[in-house]
Amino acid sequence: MGNMVTVGIADLNVAKAPDSLVTYALGSCVGVCLYDKDKKIAGMVHVMLPLSTEATNGVDNKRRYADTGIKELVELMTRNGASKFGLTAKIAGGAQMFKVASSTFNIGERNVAAVKKVLASYNIRIIAEDTGLDYGRTQYFHADTGTMEIRAAAKGTKTF
Amino acid sequence: MAIKNVEQLQAMHLDVLKEIGNIGSGNAASSLSTFLQCPTDIVVPIVRLLNFDETVNFLGGPENITIGMLVNIVGDINGMMLYIIEEEFASQLTSMLFGSGIEDLANLNEMERSLIAEVGNIMSASYINAIASLTGMTIDISVPVLTTDMVGAILNVPVVEFAQVGDKVLFIDDGFTIGGKEIKSNMILIPEMESLNTLFTRLGVSG
Repeated sequence: MGNMVTVGIADLNVAKAPDSLVTYALGSCVGVCLYDKDKKIAGMVHVMLPLSTEATNGVDNKRRYADTGIKELVELMTRNGASKFGLTAKIAGGAQMFKVASSTFNIGERNVAAVKKVLASYNIRIIAEDTGLDYGRTQYFHADTGTMEIRAAAKGTKTF
Repeated sequence: MAIKNVEQLQAMHLDVLKEIGNIGSGNAASSLSTFLQCPTDIVVPIVRLLNFDETVNFLGGPENITIGMLVNIVGDINGMMLYIIEEEFASQLTSMLFGSGIEDLANLNEMERSLIAEVGNIMSASYINAIASLTGMTIDISVPVLTTDMVGAILNVPVVEFAQVGDKVLFIDDGFTIGGKEIKSNMILIPEMESLNTLFTRLGVSG
């Protein structure tokens, strides 16, 4: 068993086999896992908001946003030896925790859409997805296998 | 000077919010006391500005299962209020009214859910009435929406709202004693900044 590297909210990190990454309690946030399966290098970013270009109050933390966060993660992974062209993605989160209208109405859905758009622009294929609905998820990503594990309060654990 | 984010709040602003917390808690205690038919007292509230990690740790870590209740505030001021109920408090409520604690917090039954929603209603209305009566403003609240989940996931909601204006949330940490037992009550206020300025102007502490 390798080490477990924690990724905080609006943060990112990289792990190499046999280590794993974890981010706790994704609500409307989206956890994006990228993987280079030849080199067994895994990356994870905990995206909080859709696109930095839509930010109203200036962009102070680039890791918050789908576009700037994924960009930084791809750069960090390639610096760590991953191939930019062989990456695949597994994503989770983007739930709607409360069924109410608000100014940030269904931010979860918007986060998922933004993540997909950004991944497509890098030609990174999404090979597994556990998004939407109305519950929180803890996401594990194992660098040795590229397996994503999702744990939810009332739903147990699912493997992708 | 208008306040642009919560980090610009000064001691006097926090004092005002604390006073609102005080009055709100007082209202809540007397309503709860009537509802539960049990003596209820308040502990002086502490108003804190906490960042996400501090809030999550204060509430037992990201994966701690709690009940979250969200209320929309509309009228002269706008925003949201998130009320977090931990298992201990929830179980005490059901014990008092139904004679047994919560069976499975992650899967509340209909009776438990409606009892807790009612308590959430009482709590949120108490705070809003405190603001309305102090300022003479007209404020309405929506029916609370309730969910049970990992507290970290629930807190995505205020954090995303607050991300527009700062990294911290306004946390009113006020305790109650119900029938002699201490209860931790966690109210998170998510006002729009413009509303917060309106509020302070009305109360003569516009800074």
